[in-house]
Amino acid sequence: MSVYTLTIDGKDVAGSDGQTIMEVAEENGIDIPGLCHLEGIHDRGACRLCVVEIAGSPKLAAACVTQIAEGMEVTAHSDALLEYRRTITEMLFMERNHVCAVCVANNHCELQDTAEDMGLTHFDLPRISPKADIDASHPLFAIDHNRCILCLRCVRVCDEIEGAHTWDVMHRGLDTRVQTDMGIPWGESPTCTSCGKCVQVCPTGALFEKGRAVARGSKRRRPFLPWMKVVAEERGL
Amino acid sequence: MSDMPAAARPVRRRVITEEIAEEPPRATAYVCEAASCLSLQSHDITVRLGEVVADAGLGDVEIKRVGCLGLCAAGPLVEIAETGRLFEKVTPDAVGPVVAALADVKQTDVRAPQGPFFEKQLRVATENFGRVDPESLDDYVERGGFEALRRVLSDMTSTEVREEVTRSGLRGRGGAGFPTGLKWTTVAKAQGTQKYVICNADEGDPGAFMDRSVLESDPYRVLEGMTIAAFAVHATEGYIYCRAEYPLAVARLRSAIRQAQRAGYLGSGIMDTSFAFDVQIRLGAGAFVCGEETALIASIEGRRGTPRPRPPYPAVSGLFECPTLINNVETFASVPTILRKGPDWYAAIGVGKSKGTKVFALAGRVVNTGLVEVPMGMTLREIIFDIGGGIIDGRPFKAVQTGGPSGGCIPADHLDTPVTYESLVELGSFMGSGGMIVMDDTSCMVDVAKYFMDFCRDESCGKCTPCRVGTTQMWMLLDRITTGRATGGDLAQLEHLAAIVQRTSLCGLGQGAPNPVFSTLRYFRDEYLAHIEERRCPAGVCTIEQPAEVMA
Repeated sequence: MSVYTLTIDGKDVAGSDGQTIMEVAEENGIDIPGLCHLEGIHDRGACRLCVVEIAGSPKLAAACVTQIAEGMEVTAHSDALLEYRRTITEMLFMERNHVCAVCVANNHCELQDTAEDMGLTHFDLPRISPKADIDASHPLFAIDHNRCILCLRCVRVCDEIEGAHTWDVMHRGLDTRVQTDMGIPWGESPTCTSCGKCVQVCPTGALFEKGRAVARGSKRRRPFLPWMKVVAEERGL
Repeated sequence: MSDMPAAARPVRRRVITEEIAEEPPRATAYVCEAASCLSLQSHDITVRLGEVVADAGLGDVEIKRVGCLGLCAAGPLVEIAETGRLFEKVTPDAVGPVVAALADVKQTDVRAPQGPFFEKQLRVATENFGRVDPESLDDYVERGGFEALRRVLSDMTSTEVREEVTRSGLRGRGGAGFPTGLKWTTVAKAQGTQKYVICNADEGDPGAFMDRSVLESDPYRVLEGMTIAAFAVHATEGYIYCRAEYPLAVARLRSAIRQAQRAGYLGSGIMDTSFAFDVQIRLGAGAFVCGEETALIASIEGRRGTPRPRPPYPAVSGLFECPTLINNVETFASVPTILRKGPDWYAAIGVGKSKGTKVFALAGRVVNTGLVEVPMGMTLREIIFDIGGGIIDGRPFKAVQTGGPSGGCIPADHLDTPVTYESLVELGSFMGSGGMIVMDDTSCMVDVAKYFMDFCRDESCGKCTPCRVGTTQMWMLLDRITTGRATGGDLAQLEHLAAIVQRTSLCGLGQGAPNPVFSTLRYFRDEYLAHIEERRCPAGVCTIEQPAEVMA
C-alpha cells in the first residue's frame, strides 16, 4: 500500500492510499467539522461543513469523501471557509424548528456544538420553519422531524451496521424526510429491531429515547457501539 | 459462419426495401409530426391529405410523415419537398392549397430559398429533420444513415475513431462542454472488462426542447452515435435515460431500437461483424437533478436519484461501478455526421475552442419560436433577429436567458457577442443544453431570477445543505424584493448567500442555482434597486404592496 505525504493547513502529514482528508486530519489533531460524517459508516459528503480548499483545484472538496494524494496541499481552515461553515450551520438552524431551550439534546447536541465552534451568535438568514411531524408510535423511541438535519446517519447505521434498513429517505428538497419502512409509523415497522443505533448516532434531538425530559437526552453515556469511535475518548467526554 | 473472425467476414450491403426502390414519387409533401405540430393535430392533416390526394387521382404523390421542420411557431407545417414551399398553420379542413401545390410540381422544379430562418442555419445533428420518417429505418439508411457505423466497424480501429472525434473538436452538448474525444479516451483507457454507454436524454431546462426534437425526429441517429461510441470505448451495453414526460420520443426510440435490432444494427453481430452492443431505455420520473450524471447513474441502478461527490468520475467508476461514458443526445447525434464527412470538415466550422454547430431552442418573446442549428460563433443578434425574426409585436429586446436554471440573462449591449462556450461564461451565463428564452420589456428581471430560483428550490434533491436550504432562502429574499418588503440589507444578504451556495454545493444544480441572480444583478441592478428603494416594478410585472399612508 502506498503512503502519501501532503500538507494540511501547512502541516506536513502522511497517510496511506485510500484514506480521506478527514481521516488524516483527525489522526494529526486537525479538527475539521462535519455533521453527516461518522466513523464506521460510509461517508456521503452532504452536509458540506467539511469543505476544504485543495491547491490547484477551483472547486471546494468535502474532506470526508476526498481521498488524499501525493503532494496535496489542503487548506482546512481559513476565514472564507469559516464563513461558509458558519453560514451552513445557520442554514441548518433556520431550516426546521430548532429550539434548544426545550430540546432533549440541549447541551448534548452536535449541531449546537458546531454552532459554538463556528462562533455563531445570532441568526440573520430567513427562517423557513415548516411544520414537521413527530412520530412517537415506537414504544421506546421517537422522532421529531423538527430537529432533523438530514445527515442520514440513522439511515446508514440501520442499513450498514444493524442490517435492517428500516430507515430510508422520502420526498425531495425541503420536503425530504427520513422515514421508516416506506412511510409507515415507526411503531408499526416490521423490520425495526429496536436496537436503538439510530438514536445513538443522531447528532441532534431528532431521534430520542422516550421518557427523557429537556436536556436529559445524553447519548454519550451509553457507547454501546464500540466499533464507532464517535464515543467518549475521541471527544474527551 | 458465426465462427469466422470478424475481419474475414464481408460487410453485407443491406438491401433497401422494395417500395423505396420503386420509381420515386413526382411530388412529396412533408407533414411535420413532431410533438409541437402533432399537438395541433398534424397527424389528421397527414390522413386528410392522403384522402384528398387519392380522391384527386394524384397517384404519383407521396404524403410523408417527418420529424421537426423547425419553425414550431407556425405549426402545423407542411412542406413541398421539390419546391421547398412551406405551408404554415395548416388545418385538416383546409388542405386544398397543399394539394394544388402538389399537383403543380414539375420535374424541373428546384428548391427555392426559404428565408433567413432556414437559410442561415447549418444542420449537422438535425440534418435529417423534416426529411426522414422518424419511424422508418429504411428512410434513415437511404439518407446516409449507418454509413458512418459501417465505416467504423469495417475500416477503423477504436483508437482511430477516438482520434477522429478528438480532431473534430466536438465538445459535450449537454452544457459544460467537456471535450468529447478526451472523455471517450478516458473511458476507453479505464480499467474494467464491462463498460457502459449512457445517453443523457433527461432534458429538463425550462424552455429547452433540443433533445426531445432529436429523439422525435431522428432517433436512429442517436442509436448510431451511441453504437460508434460503444465501439470506441469497448462498451457492450447502453442505456438511454429519457424523461417520462417525453412519451412521443420514448415511443419513437422504442420503435427505432426494435427495428435496428431486427435489421442487425443493434444486438450481437452488428452489421455482420463480431461487434455487439445493445441499448435499453430507462425512464426518468420527473426529477431535474437526474440529468446530473451521478444522479442519473443512481437512478438507472434503481436507487434514489441524488448526486454523489466526484471523483471518482463515471469514466472510472460509473454505472454499477464500471467505467461509463455519458454523453448528451445532441453529442451522440453529431457523431455519425462527423465520421461520415470527416473531422476536419467539422473542425472547420465554428470559432476558437468551440467547433461545429449547436442546436438552440428559441422560446419566449421571439417571432420564430422553434428549433435552430447554427455554427458556433454566430452572434446572438443573428440568432434572435435574423433567424428568430426579432421580438413579437416589434417590442424592444431586453435580454436573452441561456443555459437554463444554471445560466444567466444577457442584455442588449452584448447582442453582438459570438456564441461560444467561453464567451457565454464571460458574460456570466452558460451554454447549457441550448435553451434560449428571449425577453422583451414586459419581463421583470427580478421576477425572472425568482422564477428560476423557484425552479431550483423545487428541484433540489435535498441531499446537501447549501442547495436544499440556501435555494429556498434565496427565493424568500427574492420574494421579499418582488413584493416590496425588502430592505437594502436583504439585497446584501442575497448576494452573500448566492456566493456561498455557489461555492459549497455538492453538484451542478446547487453550484449553478445562483447564476440567474448573479447575472441579473450584474446587468439589471437598477431593477432590483427600484423594487427595494422606490417600491415599484419598472416592467410592471410584480405586485408591490404599497405601505399604508400615514395620516398626518
